[in-house]
Amino acid sequence: MQRTNGKLLEIKDLHKWFELRKFGFIRIGFVRAVDGVTFDLGPKEALAFVGESGCGKSTLARTVLGLHQPTKGEVIFQGRALHKLGRWYRSQVGYVQQDPYGALPPFMTVQRILEEPLIINRVARTRAERLARVTEVLEEVRLTPVRDFLGKFPHMLSGGQQQRVVIARATVLRPKLIVADEPVSMLDASVRVEILKLLRELQEAHELGVIYITHDLSTIRYFSERIFVMYAAKFVEKAGVRELIHNPLHPYTQALLEAIPDPDPKNAETYKDVPPGEPPSLINPPEGCRFHPRCSRMIEGLCDVQVPPEFEPQPGHYVACWLYRDGEVPAADN
Amino acid sequence: MANQDVLLKVEDLRLYFRTTKGVLRAVDGVSFELGADRAMVIVGESGCGKTSLARAILRLLPRNVHTYTGKVYLDGQEVMSLSDEQFRRQVRWVKMSFVPQAAMNALNPVIRVADQVAEPLLIHNRIKSKAEAKRRVEEALKLVGVPLDFMTRYAFELSGGMRQRVIIAMALVTSPVLVILDEPTSALDVLTQANIMNSLKRIRKELALTYILITHDISTSSELANESMVMYAGQLAERSHAGGFYKDPYHPYSRMLMASVPSLREDKELAFIPGKPPSLLNPPEGCRFAPRCPERFEMCDQDPPPFTLEDGRVVRCWLYRGRA
Ligand SMILES: Nc1ncnc2c1ncn2[C@@H]1O[C@H](COP(=O)(O)OP(=O)(O)OP(=O)(O)O)[C@@H](O)[C@H]1O
Ligand SMILES: Nc1ncnc2c1ncn2[C@@H]1O[C@H](COP(=O)(O)OP(=O)(O)OP(=O)(O)O)[C@@H](O)[C@H]1O
Ligand SMILES: [Mg+2]
Ligand SMILES: [Mg+2]
Repeated sequence: MQRTNGKLLEIKDLHKWFELRKFGFIRIGFVRAVDGVTFDLGPKEALAFVGESGCGKSTLARTVLGLHQPTKGEVIFQGRALHKLGRWYRSQVGYVQQDPYGALPPFMTVQRILEEPLIINRVARTRAERLARVTEVLEEVRLTPVRDFLGKFPHMLSGGQQQRVVIARATVLRPKLIVADEPVSMLDASVRVEILKLLRELQEAHELGVIYITHDLSTIRYFSERIFVMYAAKFVEKAGVRELIHNPLHPYTQALLEAIPDPDPKNAETYKDVPPGEPPSLINPPEGCRFHPRCSRMIEGLCDVQVPPEFEPQPGHYVACWLYRDGEVPAADN
Repeated sequence: MANQDVLLKVEDLRLYFRTTKGVLRAVDGVSFELGADRAMVIVGESGCGKTSLARAILRLLPRNVHTYTGKVYLDGQEVMSLSDEQFRRQVRWVKMSFVPQAAMNALNPVIRVADQVAEPLLIHNRIKSKAEAKRRVEEALKLVGVPLDFMTRYAFELSGGMRQRVIIAMALVTSPVLVILDEPTSALDVLTQANIMNSLKRIRKELALTYILITHDISTSSELANESMVMYAGQLAERSHAGGFYKDPYHPYSRMLMASVPSLREDKELAFIPGKPPSLLNPPEGCRFAPRCPERFEMCDQDPPPFTLEDGRVVRCWLYRGRA
């Protein structure tokens, strides 16, 4: 194989800033949508990004996919820098984009939608080969009997079926890496589970690396090995799924988990304890830790001044929070 | 369920659409009652007719209506028989208001927040005095937790959560008794969701409002609901108090729906419902869930009526015929 030190993907200090202009030409600042992100992904590994709306998840995904030029930092795929990979990289990564309703071209049939990447990348040369591959992926996503679906247009499909077409399109080139951005957010619970199970099966069957992006923590544990929590364009906590859910360290992660209800009639009688305020602007993010204005455990003179580095209070569990500055979980909690 | 004052009573409501392929039965004979000061959640698969039911109650209809029949009583008054003009003057927005699905993306970008919220007041309550309108807009914004200095901002300057609050303020500004909320938080992240649910809960207590909450997010719905209704393929499958539904759903469809709800804290194997819902163009004879139902038996070839059980719950399933 390649000189890969075993990693499928390495992301080093990645930044993506969007320029803000007035009247189209006067630069008035930057939206720092991704602001210093580092992680790696093993082959056959599934990891998940979670975080509030607008915190930069999709921008990170699109930068990793090469759809955005990084402002700074590196994307390394199988040991080689992204900017040296060119077109070939596109055929190695599949993208399940957010919003299934807008993802599919309305005037193409399912067959045409799935053949297109094969034609562009000159994968299956003959019609018969292409049809065989299209049939195969449609069977994988359980759109069967396949011939009922080949000629359909997107509007003739239910939300869940459209979402499966998007997944089929992302896998038709047999990529090594799939980035699935909120692949189930618009669907009801039953269809959601069906699609996540399907993604998991595809991941295992084809030994894919998968990045699953969502703001729904309760489905993640059915899907990935590690969770990375993003807040205001940075990762604040990274850990294994069980570890993160049972032992969240960052106050933001704790609030996030706290906010997720289980279906219980008692919920209607109580109020949720949620941090006040809104996520910060990415144009002028707060000094120090970006969560400090909403944090109940803020340490004055530290959290509001200095950006917290990443600590590792438990092996494999990383957290960017000053509470863990001694490298361990402080004893007398609360 | 309907032991206290009934605020809303719906009888055999039907809303069919004309389409190029035939008549689509989006709401197909739905009946239920809802007490004053209650909050009812409506859940069900995408496309089962939840939004159409809301639109039928509010008489917000598209052009291609084929059939629109049934009775809707609000506070004892039958409102289906009102003329469109009367309905607009006396009922819609004045007594029942609506937070439409995905409305936060539909806010007019070039109108300031204050003017946006005042719009229903000027149109429906026909308030003339500027000062009076301003006072009520401020009241509504305070209720939903939008800081008053946002009044002069434009929609595009607001975060998703704030935009959704503005939309809710628009539904409250006319002082209705019933508010129908269609997926009010599904586009938002969990913290913003929790924040808005807190506000909705507080508002309901303060103003003694009645809510109908439409959603596919069952866990979040439990934050607000004390009554529930499950829809399947244009019909009511189960109607019960929230405690009954979340803890012990009766209809096989409701049970499977609950089993597919992921839980953060419990390790459970998630189930999903194989197959897909029937076409609403030519719904099959008999029980509409039968083709996917693990408990199907001979009787299911016939359409079950809604059975009202001794505990007050209503279930449209032959399994409960003996308990009615
Ligand atoms: N092309 C762009 N130009 C300018 N700003 C952008 C652009 N794309 C995204 N942004 C901004 O970058 C920030 C991060 O956006 P992004 O879509 O990555 O968030 P997200 O975490 O995916 O949110 P969501 O959960 O709502 O999908 C937002 O403030 C957004 O407005
Ligand atoms: N104006 C219309 N003309 C024809 N068919 C329609 C119209 N509006 C809705 N439908 C159809 O009626 C059915 C019910 O739609 P409705 O929007 O009420 O579903 P829903 O339960 O709200 O779904 P979702 O959870 O996806 O919002 C669907 O099959 C839909 O395609
Ligand atoms: Mg996104
Ligand atoms: Mg709807």
